[in-house]
Amino acid sequence: MEKYAVYVPRLVKKKDNFAPGHRACIGCGEALAVRMAFKAVGNNVIAVSATGCMEIVASQLPFTSWHLPWIHTLFENTAAVASGIEAGYKAMKRKGVPLPDNTKVIAYGGDGATSDIGLQALSGAMERGHDFTYICFDNEAYMNTGIQRSSATPFGAATTTSPAGKKSTGQFSWKKNMPAIAVAHDIPYVATATHGYPFDLMEKVRKAVATPGLSYVHVLSVCPTGWRSATDTVNRQARLAVQTGMFPLYEVENGVYKMSLDLPGLRPVKDYLKMQGRFRHLSDELIAQIQARVELEYNKILEKAKDGSKRAKSKGR
Amino acid sequence: MTTRIGVEVSIAVADAVKLANPDVVAAYPITPQTHIVEHLAELVANGELDAEYIPVESEHSAMSACLGSAAAGARTFTATSSQGLALMNEVVYVASSMRLPIIMSVANRALSSPLSIWCDHSDMMSVRDTGWIQIITENGQQAVDNTICAFRIGEDRRVLLPVMVHLDGFNLTHVIEPIIFPGQEEVDRFLPPNNYPLPLNPDRPVAMGDFAPPAIFTEAKWAQEVNIRNSMKPILEVWDEFNRIFGRQYAPVEKYHSDGARVILMTMGSVSETASVAVDELRGAGQEVGQVRLRLWRPFPFDALRRAVSGADVLIVMDRAISLGGPGGPVASEVKAALYNLPEKPRVVSFVAGLGGRDITVTDFKNIIKRGVEIAAGGSPNEYEIYGVRE
Repeated sequence: MEKYAVYVPRLVKKKDNFAPGHRACIGCGEALAVRMAFKAVGNNVIAVSATGCMEIVASQLPFTSWHLPWIHTLFENTAAVASGIEAGYKAMKRKGVPLPDNTKVIAYGGDGATSDIGLQALSGAMERGHDFTYICFDNEAYMNTGIQRSSATPFGAATTTSPAGKKSTGQFSWKKNMPAIAVAHDIPYVATATHGYPFDLMEKVRKAVATPGLSYVHVLSVCPTGWRSATDTVNRQARLAVQTGMFPLYEVENGVYKMSLDLPGLRPVKDYLKMQGRFRHLSDELIAQIQARVELEYNKILEKAKDGSKRAKSKGR
Repeated sequence: MTTRIGVEVSIAVADAVKLANPDVVAAYPITPQTHIVEHLAELVANGELDAEYIPVESEHSAMSACLGSAAAGARTFTATSSQGLALMNEVVYVASSMRLPIIMSVANRALSSPLSIWCDHSDMMSVRDTGWIQIITENGQQAVDNTICAFRIGEDRRVLLPVMVHLDGFNLTHVIEPIIFPGQEEVDRFLPPNNYPLPLNPDRPVAMGDFAPPAIFTEAKWAQEVNIRNSMKPILEVWDEFNRIFGRQYAPVEKYHSDGARVILMTMGSVSETASVAVDELRGAGQEVGQVRLRLWRPFPFDALRRAVSGADVLIVMDRAISLGGPGGPVASEVKAALYNLPEKPRVVSFVAGLGGRDITVTDFKNIIKRGVEIAAGGSPNEYEIYGVRE
């Protein structure tokens, strides 16, 4: 993938569906990721937003940052709203209502809207197999309400509701494995991506939208405000998340895992953690604990991907 | 078309929905609403209704899917009851605030706890302030007719609001009644295709559900208030037109021997017909008793109510819900507020009865009227009385 990086930008459309002029913080990785994701898919798309940063920064009445038909209703129901839109279009098309062909629905929400409060609605939509794409823009906490921990906050990260203190070392639990939950629903396409690898992100979103049925893309989005990190390093942080194994990039097509990058080896997690104030309090011992856990989880995915490539080869014969 | 068929009211409501030809039905099972959505699922499964049936994983998602469907411009129906209505509460607000004409049957049922699957009106009172049009029905025919009217009212360009059609759980949903079904051709004539003005469509992008800063929020709410108040006229027009085509007239406040009556009993829902029997018997015994039935809870029919009751001495209001720690019956407290500033008004006496499915018989109504007249004459230390309670 890397070697195409010089040429690929020329193939990307200049036109944005998510326009400039929104109210996101300086250096917002999530706004960047949203822009890239919606750049990848053309304009025959209906966007369905959960409540959260990306809704608030882009939608103050009477303005909008969206060049697409866009709807926001509530925090936890985005997948259900998207289900209704998809079903409505399906029925109306069948009955001959004049509507554009092949309109795609993309629902998106933050990590709280996806892995906490909206998990039930998303699980229901996945199980029913609606034809839309759900993108989780994961900035690893409730940033919109002021950096409270979510189930996607990584172990050890200090947030306003998992503060580091004399008796606490920050987030007490390990990041919920949302892509694995999506895979467990046997949906046709699951992928992880980040704005640190923009062409990979765009390609995955394009693929997700083109795949019939419900596709899930989990996008790590660096939040310099919430992560207490420098605003000019968001892409470097995102790339380090991948290169340290903290956030592996992979695809799962019809249950078959495939790694997106051929990493020669993992960089130490410390390289990633030290860039962020939320991990400032971590002792070497805790960093070692995180290192061990990251390797364990990374290797699990690597094993699944090896199985996947074997299956792909045997199919080829 | 004028043939009466004996059919369970839930099935009849589902058949009425079929006549309206919805595009999307999204629903989650809850007693006593289930027979409605079961029959709709069956109609879709048999190809008798061309719609997408979304068997969602909760009522919250049922109403949320309805938001999406209605925003896409599809004709949309759901049904719920009690806890289901409570669970979808925040979504119920959004439906009306975004002006999405979703039609919902509500099989009225008590709210937990203690758990009760039986009828009262606490669920419908919990959504009183959500900005939906709320129509109350008292028999199967009314439920069928108003289900069809609800689509026409909600989708009217001047209205564009979601509509709840209330029918009492079990007392109505599970009884077999003689129903006259409107013919498909007449319904098609009465109910034009849904033509939502600004649906989600890539050919003409719109942003729906933006957030409002304080400089705009008050205006947004006032626009909504003006909108629902102004829906009264279209509602009355739709009911009049329904009468012209189908020969059954509906009104926000239905009067029964109330003109010139000294004492008026006010009821809502399925007990109204039982109450009428009590009124008949008392009138037979020479008492000047009448009845009014409330058919429209939102928008509240202030004028029709004032016209109907202001000449009486005593107005006895029977509620099937209780506002705990408050003024007792929600209907009674609103009626009192509606009459308070009139120079000539009846003394309003509030009763709460029939909670959690407890029967209210003809004798009970006679007792309520008798006691109501006593209270009106002698006063009572209480805001209201709860009828037939064992202390």
